[in-house]
Amino acid sequence: MAGILADRDRIFLNIYGQRDWGLDGAKARGCWNGTQDIVRQAPEWICDQIKASGLRGRGGAGFATGLKWTFMPKVESERPHYLLVNADESEPGACKDRDILRNDPHLLIEGCLIACKAMRAHTAYIYIRGEYVHERERLQAAIKQAYDAKLIGPDNIHGWDCDVRLQHGGGAYICGDETALMESFEGKKGQPRLKPPFPAGAGIYGCPTTVNNVETIAVVGTILRRGAEWFSAFGTEKSTGTKLFAGSGHLNTPCVVEDAVGISVKQLIEDHFGGVRGGWGNLKAVIPGGISVRMIPAEQCEEAIMTYEDLQARGSGLGTGTMIVFDKDADLVKAIARASYFYKHESCGQCTPCREGTGWMWRVMERMVTGEAEMSEIDLLLDVASQVEGHTICGLGDAAAWPIQGLFRHFRHEVEDRINTYRARKGSYAGATIAAE
Amino acid sequence: MSVRRLSPNQPASFAFTPATLKAAKAWMANFPVGRQQSAVVPVLWLVQKQEGWVCEPAIRAVAELLGMPVIRVLEVVTFYTMFMLEPVGTHALVQVCGTTPCQTRGSEALMEVCKRRIGAQSHRSADGKFYWQEVECLGACANAPMAAINDRYYEDLTPETFEKLLDQFEAGKTPKPGSAIGRQGSAPEGGATTLTDAKLYDGSLAKKIKIPNLPPPASKTKAPA
Repeated sequence: MAGILADRDRIFLNIYGQRDWGLDGAKARGCWNGTQDIVRQAPEWICDQIKASGLRGRGGAGFATGLKWTFMPKVESERPHYLLVNADESEPGACKDRDILRNDPHLLIEGCLIACKAMRAHTAYIYIRGEYVHERERLQAAIKQAYDAKLIGPDNIHGWDCDVRLQHGGGAYICGDETALMESFEGKKGQPRLKPPFPAGAGIYGCPTTVNNVETIAVVGTILRRGAEWFSAFGTEKSTGTKLFAGSGHLNTPCVVEDAVGISVKQLIEDHFGGVRGGWGNLKAVIPGGISVRMIPAEQCEEAIMTYEDLQARGSGLGTGTMIVFDKDADLVKAIARASYFYKHESCGQCTPCREGTGWMWRVMERMVTGEAEMSEIDLLLDVASQVEGHTICGLGDAAAWPIQGLFRHFRHEVEDRINTYRARKGSYAGATIAAE
Repeated sequence: MSVRRLSPNQPASFAFTPATLKAAKAWMANFPVGRQQSAVVPVLWLVQKQEGWVCEPAIRAVAELLGMPVIRVLEVVTFYTMFMLEPVGTHALVQVCGTTPCQTRGSEALMEVCKRRIGAQSHRSADGKFYWQEVECLGACANAPMAAINDRYYEDLTPETFEKLLDQFEAGKTPKPGSAIGRQGSAPEGGATTLTDAKLYDGSLAKKIKIPNLPPPASKTKAPA
């Protein structure tokens, strides 16, 4: 058995698209089974079960899902409640939601219905990133199937009126932030809002809204079908369940795979991703949760496990559970400089520390790549990174600072060597010029 | 932030085709009454599908359709990088993902191919057929390196397979999207090592089940509506 999770305990049974993504295929794999009994329950029961399962948001922040749902008002008013599903997957390294959207869309739609009941909402919107054109078409077709079969919509067979609708974005990473997502949803620039008010009080159109990641919603149906204790039996006390992991970078066979939370980084790489290019000994560093978390060096990868608390203790994070792996030939400074360019490109421009800081950090990082920097600039860069971190409305400022901090925490000597080499070379060039005269 | 300006060369007018207008109205109906502005990004995308890019007269037309001030639409067009602000290639708009996961697997070599065959980034090729740009993460990292060509994902590319794709686009064909090395979606190369248990797919999971942990019937607070 590859990994630590048996096939019978997987939630996403068509993650590679080998089988029918449509309603018949999904039903044969257990989707929409017993949904009526679940939706018939009180919202409190659903929230309690999800709380007991220990499910945490799979979009990166890892907030307790059941708890989040209870923040919604307990009675319906003239302001309708909304569920907004965040399918704006744009984090470098993350490519897991895409496979749910295109290959297991009915799990997501079923989850929308159940989550809507849990938060007394009658409308779920799925905000999908603009570039996922194929995925959007697939999801749209699946939603139509569900409407035609009266699984969702007004007067559906489950007894809770629930519309599931689509919205799409225009290629902005920032719209993955929940408040920017709501702004973008309303047809504005995706610039994050200040909190409070929190979305559960005033979200889209000023109405109570809960924003959840695709994977979070898609697992809900199966958790309730199999029981909260089944889900919470996997992983650790604080990081439970199964999860989609993805691997990219210097791996022999990068892929997306579902396994139990708590699998070790080494086993995940060796069992599922075909090992590091050139063997385990050739590993240099891993960014375990999408590019915005800090990297961990190879020696820590021996013991590190994929849980929120273990990776946090290592100064990193589980994030979206999608790792980028670097072998010994990798130019980490260049890789992080490219990440800095990404954040510079994707900053929405609203807060000055991020708008100016991301561009500044990128330009300095580019000089670090060639070594054409002053030694003192390393500390200056880290100082600026810490000034950007925590001083912006949303988390993009933090996310821009962390990869740089991770690089210097573990590989500062590499940058220093590079600066020294550049200087030594420059000196010899100067000498060469003199000699030629 | 990226600085984005409208092209200095703009057409005199823009008109929705009936098909575009119909699709735009469907998007508008997707949102509550009075919230038609929410459809601005999908409608602009339809405009881009119709024209290949978003021109200034189209921005005015969209503003009028959705009852928005023109500046609000202009704001959206220049904020979201998916909107092309000048005409692109007649045969292919090539968007190579250059972010770290693709970079580590060779996206720079793909961009070299683009530079050699098409020319400078964000310009039309000499024959007008191609237009290429480096874009930020497209969310297909397990299949890196990849490029989106005319909105379809082509994955697991090498400079050689990428050139072959471009050859086909140049000849006016549309090659099949997906992995260039025959991977099934994001399964590992050589075939999936998980999800091999046949019991998952024999229909046994569709048999009637009893939902666990249900409260006793007496305490049911809600009957079906």
